[in-house]
Amino acid sequence: MTAPRPGRRGLVRPYVITEGRAHPTRDTFDLVTLVIATGAEPGALSPEKDRVLRLCRGGALSVAEVAGHLGIPVSVTKVLLGDLADDGLILTRSPVPSARPTEPRILQEVLDGLRARL
Amino acid sequence: MGSALACDDVYLPATVSTAVKLLVVGHFAVGKTTFVGTLSEIRPLRTEETMTQAGALTDDLRGVPDKTTTTVALDFGRLTLNDHLVLYLFGAPGQQRFTRLWEDMTRGALGALVLADTRRLEHSFDVMGLLEEYGLPYAVAVNRFDDAPEFAEEELREALDLLPETPLVTCDARDPRSSTEALISLVQYLSAREGQEPA
Repeated sequence: MTAPRPGRRGLVRPYVITEGRAHPTRDTFDLVTLVIATGAEPGALSPEKDRVLRLCRGGALSVAEVAGHLGIPVSVTKVLLGDLADDGLILTRSPVPSARPTEPRILQEVLDGLRARL
Repeated sequence: MGSALACDDVYLPATVSTAVKLLVVGHFAVGKTTFVGTLSEIRPLRTEETMTQAGALTDDLRGVPDKTTTTVALDFGRLTLNDHLVLYLFGAPGQQRFTRLWEDMTRGALGALVLADTRRLEHSFDVMGLLEEYGLPYAVAVNRFDDAPEFAEEELREALDLLPETPLVTCDARDPRSSTEALISLVQYLSAREGQEPA
């Protein structure tokens, strides 16, 4: 396999960025899973993982925001985040949402929060 | 006035630990992106997902030679509701063919707000059908367009074939107060449903 050439963003196919993988190493990433860098020092990273990690150093963001800010498809972002998590470079902050996680308490908090905006 | 917690910062406050999501769905040009943009505390973001083979199987691309991929955009925004809770709004296209996207979006979602346009009510059926298929509870908000005809609530309910308990409100997706009220109607409904379900 040919190594991706650095500095050629937009010409690199997603499966090259992810080293041929379509799925992350773990199924813990939802669109709204919050991620943040741990602050651990990385070894050598691919340019894409480096961009993700640099963005995550500033504070917590959802997986969807990481994808949106960097212009990377969500599916690819999840693969990159999975690798970074495996290497101890990022942490996930919110629990994995189950099929229907709604606790009445959460709904009430959403309702209160929305009403406060009126 | 916005809440003191709402900020233009890219990043979430350090205390936020829980994220929830609601979907804002509807047909093309019904106002989803406007609605999300009106309420979001950050500049709304867009992600694009390339749908290949799996999507193409159910895609109606007959007669379009060599087209095996299609790009679907997802617009979303963010509302920090208190010091530990953030709400994400995802404006989602209603096309059936983007199955993987729908699985991703609906997983863990609290519910959905269906935006409708009285000039094209029948265009809302597809997306309402999809929500029912995914078991996601929803409310309907008629987005008021200046040149759109107005109908009595009963007429709209009948035309949209709504269940008696499904909330139906009108809103102006350009107006923060009106859009917030539409979301409140949805969450009140979700809350009431939750209370009814046996423990």
